[in-house]
Amino acid sequence: MKSFVDEVVATPGGENIRACIQCGVCTGSCPVANEMEYPPREIIAMIRAGMRNEVLSSNSMWYCLSCYMCTVRCPRGIKPTEIAHTLECLANQQGFRVKGTRTPAMYRSFVSSIKGNGRVHELGMMFRYYMTTNPLAALKMLPVGLKLFLRHRMPLIPKRVKGKEDLSKLIQKFAEIRGSE
Amino acid sequence: MKNYSYFPGCSSEATAKGLGLSVQAIAKTLDMELIELENWTCCGSTPYGSLSEREAILVAARNLALAEKTGLDMVTPCSSCFVTLYGANLRLKQHPQLMGEVNEALAIINLEYHGEVRVRHLIEVVFNEVTPEVITSKVKRSLNGLKVAPYYGCQMVRPDYGFDDPEFPQSLDILVNSLGGEAVPYPLKNRCCGGSLIISEEGLALGLIRKLLENAVENGAQCIITPCPLCQTNLDAYQSRVNSKFKAHYNLPVLFTSQLIGIALGIDPISLGLNTNIVSPSKMLDYIYKVKQGVESGA
Repeated sequence: MKSFVDEVVATPGGENIRACIQCGVCTGSCPVANEMEYPPREIIAMIRAGMRNEVLSSNSMWYCLSCYMCTVRCPRGIKPTEIAHTLECLANQQGFRVKGTRTPAMYRSFVSSIKGNGRVHELGMMFRYYMTTNPLAALKMLPVGLKLFLRHRMPLIPKRVKGKEDLSKLIQKFAEIRGSE
Repeated sequence: MKNYSYFPGCSSEATAKGLGLSVQAIAKTLDMELIELENWTCCGSTPYGSLSEREAILVAARNLALAEKTGLDMVTPCSSCFVTLYGANLRLKQHPQLMGEVNEALAIINLEYHGEVRVRHLIEVVFNEVTPEVITSKVKRSLNGLKVAPYYGCQMVRPDYGFDDPEFPQSLDILVNSLGGEAVPYPLKNRCCGGSLIISEEGLALGLIRKLLENAVENGAQCIITPCPLCQTNLDAYQSRVNSKFKAHYNLPVLFTSQLIGIALGIDPISLGLNTNIVSPSKMLDYIYKVKQGVESGA
């Protein structure tokens, strides 16, 4: 089995991780570093130390907002944003349970909406998200949803997308080609 | 008139309806023919890429392959679609093995991608091809010094497209000024609004949104503009949530860049979808429309 760091290096965007000098510019640039169990600089050190379980079960990467500030500023050409996406994918595919964040559930609702409709249907996505996490929290969001609805920004029924069937076929075929990722 | 392959993005038809409407409304006046890509689906999106990176690239590749067949530049008004499509395009070109697998799958729906599409952000096209000078010449209703906070958000300028500076962007400032408005200094202009984490980590995102509103008000802005559907929804639809959480009283209209351009081009507010904005822009519209218009009759 590949070492953890090799696994990350092999993913697009993870190539330069060995060049990290632990300067901490990524952490200093991150708007949500203090929400994370381990901020970006630490995550990179942990990957290099082979701490697979600690990294993949942490909530850190799920807080990434994809603002790319760390990526722009890294003096070593590392792309922490891409690494966060890679870690999310690995954690998701390897079935790690993450405490203290509902973001994975939100992303899953989002992707299932895309697979079902071809495009995102926001109301359906939100419904699924609240049903799988905390249905009561949906009540709190009703006023915002209602405002969007009244201004024609929250269609009740998903639009019929012609490319939907092609998309399903494509995704299925791709899975066959790659085996299970 | 120049033709483009137009990729609206899912939100342009829903939460960001004002974006879709206003882009269509200004295009003709700016000599842009936006030909909607047939049978487009989700771009591939960041949440998708966070669960299955390669599958997200595959979804993007289908759209890219459709666009390639048109032979036109692919233009999207959505910053999120832009970062996804641009990134997927780059990855496919840099990783021949991935491109091969993707094409093997695309064959089943009779498509093939060769990596020849140029993915562009609408604002970049407006800035570089239409140009601020030409826009100024088409202005029918000068914004009359309206004070505007230009909010770039993240994904229009980062990670790196060689268009605007990723840390100190200027393009929106220049566009605002070309309309007769005044771009106010806005130090947080490229900071994150919280993105889609407004759904799963609302408290965190509301804190980021509050800073953005505060910084705009501090600098005397009468409105904020942004090209990004997610930024607009967060700043506009969640402004009341910021007010209740932080006991604040923000009442700052948040427009799409294309809506502001449309106002200055003399397009009516309904065609620009201004009735879909949640914080009412009526006060700033009064300011623009009521001040004596020097150029109106001649333009």
